[in-house]
Amino acid sequence: MKARQQRIALIVGGLAVLGIAAALVLNAFQSNLVFFFSPTQVATGEAPKDRLFRVGGLVKEGSLSRDADGVTVRFVITDTVKDMTVAYKGILPDLFREGKGVVAQGKLGADGLFVASEVLAKHDENYMPPEATKAINDAGSREINEKAAHTLKQ
Amino acid sequence: MNNGLLNWFKFASPQSFYPLAGKMIPWFWALAAVLGAAGLYIGFFVAPTDAQQGEGYRIIFLHVPAAWMSMFIYLVMAFWAAIGLIYKTRLSGMMASALAPTGALLTLLALWTGAFWGKPMWGAWWVWDARLTSELILFFLYIGFIALQAAIDDPRRADKAGAILALVGAVNIPIIYFSVKWWNTLHQGASVSLSKSPSMATTMLWGMLLCALAFWMYSIAVALMRVRSIILERERGTEWVRQRLTSAAR
Repeated sequence: MKARQQRIALIVGGLAVLGIAAALVLNAFQSNLVFFFSPTQVATGEAPKDRLFRVGGLVKEGSLSRDADGVTVRFVITDTVKDMTVAYKGILPDLFREGKGVVAQGKLGADGLFVASEVLAKHDENYMPPEATKAINDAGSREINEKAAHTLKQ
Repeated sequence: MNNGLLNWFKFASPQSFYPLAGKMIPWFWALAAVLGAAGLYIGFFVAPTDAQQGEGYRIIFLHVPAAWMSMFIYLVMAFWAAIGLIYKTRLSGMMASALAPTGALLTLLALWTGAFWGKPMWGAWWVWDARLTSELILFFLYIGFIALQAAIDDPRRADKAGAILALVGAVNIPIIYFSVKWWNTLHQGASVSLSKSPSMATTMLWGMLLCALAFWMYSIAVALMRVRSIILERERGTEWVRQRLTSAAR
């Protein structure tokens, strides 16, 4: 019985030490594990300069426009506090919508324009039929804002 | 020890577990078939089209159950590994080895279906975000476990080495699960969790839960089939296996 209890203690203790070690390592890598920065983080200088990084947020309503060349699109990424203008030359993913989540990878120019080389749509965790979405939209903009804030928080 | 506990321990011996597993397998196959048929029917014919993703969202009826089971099977494997290390029961190690290939298969299925969904929805097959990367590590842990056990000839030592790897790798499971909460990831957060009401239409949820149960039953059925052949292989020198094999041949 004694040896068995020792083995239990060894396993539990080993797992605890391992868990703490993993927590510390992950905590140290916190900033590197971030998939994207928010426009506010970019404004406060947390995002890397002269290097590719990703910006995430919502596509501002009514901000999507196409340049005269027909392939460059411009839109504004917002986290409802700060805005960032993004220029992107390429095909936008299916789920790219105004008011929905988006993640753009690229470089920040000196003029404050973010030139993206890749644009990914970020889906939220809500799955519902079109009728339900319509009902929510009809219920007023308050819920939309709440949902938008929730999408950002993830 | 009371009698109930004694009876339970009886099945820790491969000799008495072998026929028990044989009796249980058809039931789990039947449950998997019924639940799977119901889940897929609801998923593909009853559940409504998603407002944003259109029909493409229907991948969740395979993707989410596969991802759930890939994590759950690893925890069960780690549990058997710990029991094997503590009580030195032969069957525990066999259970862990029997679960690994199914876990690896479901992990691969989750990654694969996720890629199929990611290309049209996100615009990328693969991104190195925390959720996807930790799930890929889970796949490597399964493969590593299988490879490590295959590399050691003595089954008892193979069990021990595999058990330690399984226990160490268990740290990855909470990382996968909470990755979408802890970090900014491209992968969306959990639609279904214990702490809040699910953020999806009821019929979609039912289809997904039925499919998850079907995956669960399937996993048990194949793991039991696999553990039976592992028992025969490892106990081939014993009297009861020889008797069983000769009576079967006759």
